[in-house]
Amino acid sequence: MDELIVISGKGGTGKTSLLAAFASFAKNKVLCDADVDAADLHLIMSPAVREQHDFQSGRSAVINTDKCTECGLCRDLCRFESISETYEVDPIACEGCGVCVYFCPEKAIDFPINTCGQWFKSDTRFGPMVHARLGIAEENSGKLVSLVRKEARDLATQKGLDLLITDGPPGVGCPVIASIGGASAVLIVTEPTVSGKHDMQRVVQLANFFKVPAMVCVNKFDLNLDVTRDIENFSKLNGLKVVGRIPFDPVFTKAMVNGHTVIEYDDSSQLAKKIKEIWKRVLLNLKSAS
Amino acid sequence: MIISIASGKGGTGKTTIATNLAVSLGNGAQILDCDVEEPNAHLFLNPLLDKTEAITIPVPEIDKDKCNLCGKCADICQFKAIVVIAKTVLTFHELCHSCGGCMAVCPENAITEVGRELGTLQIGHRDNLKFADGKLKVGEAMAPPLIKKVRTCADPKRITIIDAPPGTSCPVITAMADTDFVLLVTEPTPFGLHDLKLAVGAVKMLGIPAGLVINRSDMGDDKVYEYAESVDLPILMEIPFDRKIAEAYSRGELLVDVMPEFKESFIKLYKRIAQIANA
Repeated sequence: MDELIVISGKGGTGKTSLLAAFASFAKNKVLCDADVDAADLHLIMSPAVREQHDFQSGRSAVINTDKCTECGLCRDLCRFESISETYEVDPIACEGCGVCVYFCPEKAIDFPINTCGQWFKSDTRFGPMVHARLGIAEENSGKLVSLVRKEARDLATQKGLDLLITDGPPGVGCPVIASIGGASAVLIVTEPTVSGKHDMQRVVQLANFFKVPAMVCVNKFDLNLDVTRDIENFSKLNGLKVVGRIPFDPVFTKAMVNGHTVIEYDDSSQLAKKIKEIWKRVLLNLKSAS
Repeated sequence: MIISIASGKGGTGKTTIATNLAVSLGNGAQILDCDVEEPNAHLFLNPLLDKTEAITIPVPEIDKDKCNLCGKCADICQFKAIVVIAKTVLTFHELCHSCGGCMAVCPENAITEVGRELGTLQIGHRDNLKFADGKLKVGEAMAPPLIKKVRTCADPKRITIIDAPPGTSCPVITAMADTDFVLLVTEPTPFGLHDLKLAVGAVKMLGIPAGLVINRSDMGDDKVYEYAESVDLPILMEIPFDRKIAEAYSRGELLVDVMPEFKESFIKLYKRIAQIANA
């Protein structure tokens, strides 16, 4: 089974819109949204949710005021300054380390498991989709990412599908690391700006670190041809496959507002042809990578 | 006064607003780039760096001569960062949250702490504007302790602008918590609106006053405007799409350098923020 993860480093380069466009062309696939922190793919895919599950991970300390003698040991031990002078735990600051729970002489601190979000198995007009919603201000996004990827893989196996297309999060931190480990390849969608280039270079380092083959596509390439060439040269020098350029086009926004992929919006446009070529190259590289 | 700039969705213009606001305020301002996974403010400000510091967090080291393999450290650790297998104790430093539980529980005093590098803190200036950012090591997952470190650079005598990371989970919360005002930046698209709602949820949870900047305000639909009105989120600034702005951004140029008329708008923006935050 091939698994493509679309990432970018910098946010807002067009990852999700491009992935949605690929969904119009790709066959026998499961779609997966691993940007659990700010998931957007469902806004185009309009999934019909078939299964919904709670995502439970980590614990939080809760002080039972009836038992608490306010001895202060928990406040001394807590390194996250999450216990107030009135012995209330700030659930946002609590790291879930359980040190206070362990040492409380009165056994006055409960340590329940957190429900940090939900994940879903859904049907879309492009096939099955696995996605999730991390609760606001919750931790453990990396674990939720690993979970949706595993569920997407299991669903593909079960349905006899051989391709996973996953929308990854921006950045290079915890959820991105969880998104790309063990994938067949990543496609880095970037833009020709100083920040787009800076951030894609860091995400290339990350892909190399985890030994995942990477491809590069420059979106809005015509905003700055010099930076576009810089990015493409950097990519070639570092052994990355450059799969194509996409021009700046307000159609991306128009299609999104209509809840369509850009291909559905107008499948005879130059833009649609361009993206189709890029998808062919991505698929070819994906096959040769796995 | 500490103003954090956040968005939910990436690429809406947080760094543009943060850098141009800071430069427009000029003397007495300070910018802290807390998007430690992908710090970009330095690309537009080109600060002179005064200091670069490696940032570490404490992780356990076991003195094998003292350890009696009782396993209490492994029992208390919630993060599987320390395990006892047969006759050895193994530590997994990249999983450690630095809670100190293992050290506190060890009956043999066999655990001490050593530093593990997460990334670097850079401190500098551009004329009279103070600058600091954090850069997470590539491959490193633990962003919040580095963000906390960048925030310790806040100078209470200055207006501090924090450039926060995208999203709504722990790194963003760490960047926004205990600030005086959250300036949310969005674009009027379905993605922008959806992620703005999440960001507003996070701001409400933290109980911080907030306002909105709508970037590329003419590319999309009216739903962001309807939403802002429905939740009493004041729209403090709108920037229409202009290819000239996009191209200047692509070259790493500040908006107020290319179109100086914006300087006045950013000063006005600050005045409105101060009004709301002090109300």
